[in-house]
Amino acid sequence: MDYGAFVEGLVFYLFAALAVLAALGVVIARSPVRSALALALVFLALAAMYILLNAPFLAVAQIMIYAGAVLILFLFVIMVLNPRLDIIGARGRGQTFVAIVFTIALGVLLIATLASGQIAPTTGKFTPEFVASIGHVQVIGTLLFSEFLLPFEIASVLLLIAIVGAMTLARRERVPHAESKRDLR
Amino acid sequence: MPLMLWLIPALPLLGAIINLLVGRRLPRALSSWLAVAFMAAAFGVAVSAVANLVALPPEERVLRETLYEWIGVGVGANSFSVNVAFWLDPLSAVMILVVTGVGTLIHMYAVGYMEHEKDYARFFFAMNLFAFAMLMLVLADNYLLMFLGWEGVGVCSYLLIGFWYDRDNLAVGTDEKFLSPRSSATKAFVVNRIGDFGFTLGIILMFWTFGSLSFAEVFPKAEEMFQIGAPVITVMTLLLFLGATGKSAQIPLFIWLPDAMAGPTPVSALIHAATMVTAGVYMVARSHVLYSLAPTTLTVVAIIGVLTAFIAATIALVQNDLKRVLAYSTVSQLGYMFFALGVGAFGAGIFHLMTHAFFKALLFLGAGAVMHAMNDMIDMRRLGGLRKVMPITFWTFLIGAFALSGFPLFSGFFSKDEILTAGFTSGNIVLWVVGVLTALLTAFYTVRAVILTFGGKPRWKEGEVVHAQDEHAAHGHGERGLHPHEASPVMTIPLMVLALGALFAGYVGLPSVLGANLFGQFLEPVFREPAVEISPTLEWTLIGISTAAALIGIFIALRFYLGDRETPQRLTRYYPWLYRLWSNKYWVDQIYDYVIARPGRWLANAFWTDVDGKIINGAADGLGRAFRNVGQALRSLQDGYARGYALAMLIGIVVVIAIVIMRP
Amino acid sequence: MLTVNHFTILSAVLFSIGALTVLIRRNPLIIFMGIELMLNAVNLAFVAFSHFLDDMSGQVFVFIVLTVAAAEVAVGLALVVAIFRARENVDVDEIDMLKG
Repeated sequence: MDYGAFVEGLVFYLFAALAVLAALGVVIARSPVRSALALALVFLALAAMYILLNAPFLAVAQIMIYAGAVLILFLFVIMVLNPRLDIIGARGRGQTFVAIVFTIALGVLLIATLASGQIAPTTGKFTPEFVASIGHVQVIGTLLFSEFLLPFEIASVLLLIAIVGAMTLARRERVPHAESKRDLR
Repeated sequence: MPLMLWLIPALPLLGAIINLLVGRRLPRALSSWLAVAFMAAAFGVAVSAVANLVALPPEERVLRETLYEWIGVGVGANSFSVNVAFWLDPLSAVMILVVTGVGTLIHMYAVGYMEHEKDYARFFFAMNLFAFAMLMLVLADNYLLMFLGWEGVGVCSYLLIGFWYDRDNLAVGTDEKFLSPRSSATKAFVVNRIGDFGFTLGIILMFWTFGSLSFAEVFPKAEEMFQIGAPVITVMTLLLFLGATGKSAQIPLFIWLPDAMAGPTPVSALIHAATMVTAGVYMVARSHVLYSLAPTTLTVVAIIGVLTAFIAATIALVQNDLKRVLAYSTVSQLGYMFFALGVGAFGAGIFHLMTHAFFKALLFLGAGAVMHAMNDMIDMRRLGGLRKVMPITFWTFLIGAFALSGFPLFSGFFSKDEILTAGFTSGNIVLWVVGVLTALLTAFYTVRAVILTFGGKPRWKEGEVVHAQDEHAAHGHGERGLHPHEASPVMTIPLMVLALGALFAGYVGLPSVLGANLFGQFLEPVFREPAVEISPTLEWTLIGISTAAALIGIFIALRFYLGDRETPQRLTRYYPWLYRLWSNKYWVDQIYDYVIARPGRWLANAFWTDVDGKIINGAADGLGRAFRNVGQALRSLQDGYARGYALAMLIGIVVVIAIVIMRP
Repeated sequence: MLTVNHFTILSAVLFSIGALTVLIRRNPLIIFMGIELMLNAVNLAFVAFSHFLDDMSGQVFVFIVLTVAAAEVAVGLALVVAIFRARENVDVDEIDMLKG
């Protein structure tokens, strides 16, 4: 047995298990903070997967954006709202049960579909060797600013809209309240 | 001068439109005199048009004028077109002169009569529209345009009979129960619809037979295509006659006319004298070519005419309401006209129509003057002695009454005599005898009405308060006491003009032993009647008989009501069944009620409550309820919880994926 | 030897768990976390296919998804804050204004 393949397999199963367990933690943890931390673990595990998949730049981006920005945002909001411990399970028991059953069904169906599939022989020109010869970041950057320029620009507009929207939504009502006056001072 | 026939109906229409649109804003006097002015203008145009007509040689006396094509279908041989076109020949000339002339006088009278009425604009609008419709009817050059006027007349009569739609019973100072104006208007309209249905079918049959509705095409074709007695023509004329019985109040459809008294009195005068009821007579006379081809129909017309004349006269004997006496006399006189038409004496029928227009308008307007003076009380049992209070009304009314009863040398005498002579010479002796008898009855009830209203001692007291059954009914008078007075000049002048007409209108149609029948000669190009040659002895005899009938009737009435006042009561006691039969109008209303109206209403109710209410409405409601229930059930799914929707989405996704995978 | 199926199956599992999170938790914050889980699962599948097909488009698409996820989180959390201000409560099961 190939040693490299063994290590690859080991790393994959290790991080796969970590990802699944952490994901379950997100579902199960009653405290939002713990859910958030479990989610951070999932993000990290996926970053490892990206490295396994020869996408180091994505791995870094994953850590920076998800584990860094998104998760921190979550934690901030949790801190601001300071919610009670969450009750797991939907309003009706029946609904929770149905949800679990159908989620499992979904998983089984997805796995059945994916496991039975075979991937076509590779045809792309971005072989690992080719990417390595140029540099991963450079390849992605070139693609983003050439072939995918329009989606890239649209995504940036989307971000702008999201920023404005978030500010509008989260802003306090401009009622001349005693409290808001004090805030202004 | 170019022909301006269209102006004749257009002027009253213009007046109607003005009163409809701005009448309410105009001062009362302006609104009402506008209506009179437009009628008078129409009369002027009519006179000039007739003058143009008379200037032509007798055989060419037809003026035609086409305004525009109304309905045009197809081209070439199979085309069919109806024009808005007018046709003036001696027959329609007589009609337009009567309609506009008598109509103008009635309008003028109405100015005075309706002086207290708040809704004057609506009144004069409908009056002018009425005249417009009638003028369209008599000037039309085809049956469809005639039908337009025919229906317009029906609508206007509805509007005017129901003019006081907010009152329930107009009877004043009496306990008699009459139909409310609303119901009377509806009755008139519905009964007329039955006749109109026949008329419509007749027109359709005519179109089917001849492919045309214009007089100029139908009449020659009819004479070309059909022998005398052809079944198609018989059916067609019978259907048209059914229309005439509706409009002209003949058996079996006469019941609406007496109730039409619920309208204001000028309306009654207009309906009875100028417009509306003469429409049927005119239509039959206009279609004389067709009727001449259908002897069966003519016999039916004659029998119906005489029967109506007789039955209406007997009912008129026992009426207590002055206007109703006059109403039944109209029915009776129209019966005479149809009798004349039925024996082929079209000219005589139209002659009677013309004289009748004068004296009947006069009588109605006189009765209206009485109502005006007596706070709307019109029950003859409570009148009497009015000759001293209202001399002009009395004398003019007397002239009208003599004309109606056929007193020698008054207009009605000549026309009625001509009809009876025609009836005798046509060989229908039975009908003639009934006609003479009716003449006697006519004289009797007319004089009775005059005596009860104007003669004897007053059966009312100065200052007495008469109570209306409906609190609105004493319109404009309130609870003021009786203070009878002569009507104002605006009302008496029409009375006097009409009295002149009632006196002298008969002299245009003298019997041959006395002079020339100018009227008959004038109409001769239209009807082409063969002059009936009868010996002067026979003619004198017939004149003597009708004179005798009139005089006997008048004499009996004088005996009964001036001298021995007990006789009528005794007769009533001796023959109670006869009195009941007549005062209940042969129970025709009741019979119709039980045989037609109630089953009809029952059927309509059944359709309303069961078919429409339960089945159709039930289906509609049920459908609605079904959707509502389904919606109600589905509504619980829309519980507003976003997670529920997410779950539904998930279930959907799973099912779709499952289906995709399971597919081979 | 790892095949694409290893990664895609892991992706499917994570996706299902994310869906479950959305469906059974009441705190909107955690529901958002479930959504993030699902997005990440999809990203994993993208990257895996990209790697095994030698095609960089998948990875570029992941960038776009990252952007959308960031935007979605920003707006979503702003919404949560707004709702919390209005109702002093962020239990999803008590927000039922969509009720028909």
